[in-house]
Amino acid sequence: MQIFAFYLFASIVLASGAFCIFARNPVHSVLWLILAFFNAAGLMLLVGAEFIAALLVIVYVGAVAVLFLFVVMMLDIDFAELRAGFMKNLPLGLLLALVLVVEIIFGVGAWQSSGMGEATAAVGPPAGAPSNIEQLGALLYTRYVFLFEAAGMILLVAMVGAIVLTLRTRGGVRKQNIADQIARRPEDATRNTQPEVGKGVEL
Amino acid sequence: MTAYLQDLMGFEAGWFVGTLALILLIALPLMLAVAMIIYVDRKIWAAMALRRGPNVVGPFGLLQSFADGLKVFLQETIIPSGANKGLFLLAPIITFTVALLAWAVIPFGENMVLANINIGLLYILAISSLGVYGVVIAGWASNSKYPFFSAMRAAAQMISYEVSIGFVIISVVLMAGSFNMQDIIIGQKSHLLGINAYGINPLLFPMAVVFLISSLAETARTPFDLTEAESELVAGYQTEYSSMSFALFWLGEYANVLLMCTLNAILFWGGWLPPIDWAPLYMVPGIIWLFAKIFFFFFVFSWVKATVPRFRYDQLMRLGWKIFLPLSLFWVVLVSGYLMLTRYAA
Repeated sequence: MQIFAFYLFASIVLASGAFCIFARNPVHSVLWLILAFFNAAGLMLLVGAEFIAALLVIVYVGAVAVLFLFVVMMLDIDFAELRAGFMKNLPLGLLLALVLVVEIIFGVGAWQSSGMGEATAAVGPPAGAPSNIEQLGALLYTRYVFLFEAAGMILLVAMVGAIVLTLRTRGGVRKQNIADQIARRPEDATRNTQPEVGKGVEL
Repeated sequence: MTAYLQDLMGFEAGWFVGTLALILLIALPLMLAVAMIIYVDRKIWAAMALRRGPNVVGPFGLLQSFADGLKVFLQETIIPSGANKGLFLLAPIITFTVALLAWAVIPFGENMVLANINIGLLYILAISSLGVYGVVIAGWASNSKYPFFSAMRAAAQMISYEVSIGFVIISVVLMAGSFNMQDIIIGQKSHLLGINAYGINPLLFPMAVVFLISSLAETARTPFDLTEAESELVAGYQTEYSSMSFALFWLGEYANVLLMCTLNAILFWGGWLPPIDWAPLYMVPGIIWLFAKIFFFFFVFSWVKATVPRFRYDQLMRLGWKIFLPLSLFWVVLVSGYLMLTRYAA
């Protein structure tokens, strides 16, 4: 069953990755990308990393990809122009692909020669082990606490930077001030007068 | 049941058949419940507007939803000529499927849960964040202005409220010490003054209110139904849909509403536990207590729908980002500080 699920998820990830690149319409590309994320989460579940799987879906599928989709849908894209740079960038792309392949080969080779392969051959955590979340939490907040805090600081700086870049104050904007509206009383806004006949009211 | 089937026909086949049967055991009654809850919604709404509501088909109009279902089933599916055909048909299927998926981890009783997983609550958060795709894809694939506006609104709205829902969930998880739904429910047993509910705790009650309002926004019910505001956007993302594809949106939407009512009941009001920790009340099966709580929250949803006027878009964003987000973030700090002082002080 697990083998079957693995090949199902893995082949969908590969296929949707390929479709993501070859799709003519950018919106379709994003949707294929989302499918790839989703099935990658399935792969994470198979190795027993359920917390990582849930995070992948919540963060990437649920938030990042929605923003991608949001932006891509609003764009008015000229497909011919998009294809024009293909031949020019091909050598660079091939070079990047080569580097990635070599990295993967090195990584797998090092992993196998070090004997870690046998140690983790059993799929999934042993029964009765503390859950993913507890283990991750225990590591993140003790051994890696400074790295973790540093990552948080970097994200905070990025967020503040994004806000500073997009913040602009425009003049002449009429904003709703709800506190003012609630504090307003009939006496502030209305006045009872009894004008004499033939005379108007001065406001 | 799965264990029995595994004895009968081997481990994997038994697991497969057993799980399939359990899924049907949840999904089919859920569909029935959705049909009835649409009827109940219309009845409550009608009663608050001093109307009769559906009362022609069947006794008291009970069969109205089924008649409507049959009607849309017999209609023709119209696909606009400019629409992106594949995605146009995929969108309602996504909405419907996602609405059903989340029910896998909902506990209906002490041992009545399809998948009792460690990360139950995270799973629900993940699945509910997928719900926006049905709406966004529908709006884009229709190739029509109003559905597109609606899709943009839906995307922004759901992202805004998901953040505060996440923080509310975190404060409950801190209190329960687990992401597992069963642990969260059992943790509420006799929580305060013998009442089985986190909501009764003054520390968590504000979060219960925030969660209730956020769940209205998350399911795009009134007063946050800007995605289908009929006075501005015709019917929003559903404008171009007809027959079964329209019905799938409708079913998915109400299944989501029921899910949010269930989550309100489970996270803050004790799930399948009786309201008070008193032995005779445990004679009543837990599923009845759960259904009673779900129905109560559904009544609240209908009540709000019948009485509260729709928010303006900037007011919706203000409520989400300027009020709920800081409040729930502060509350996470407050709850964890309280727990540090009491439970984990050593």
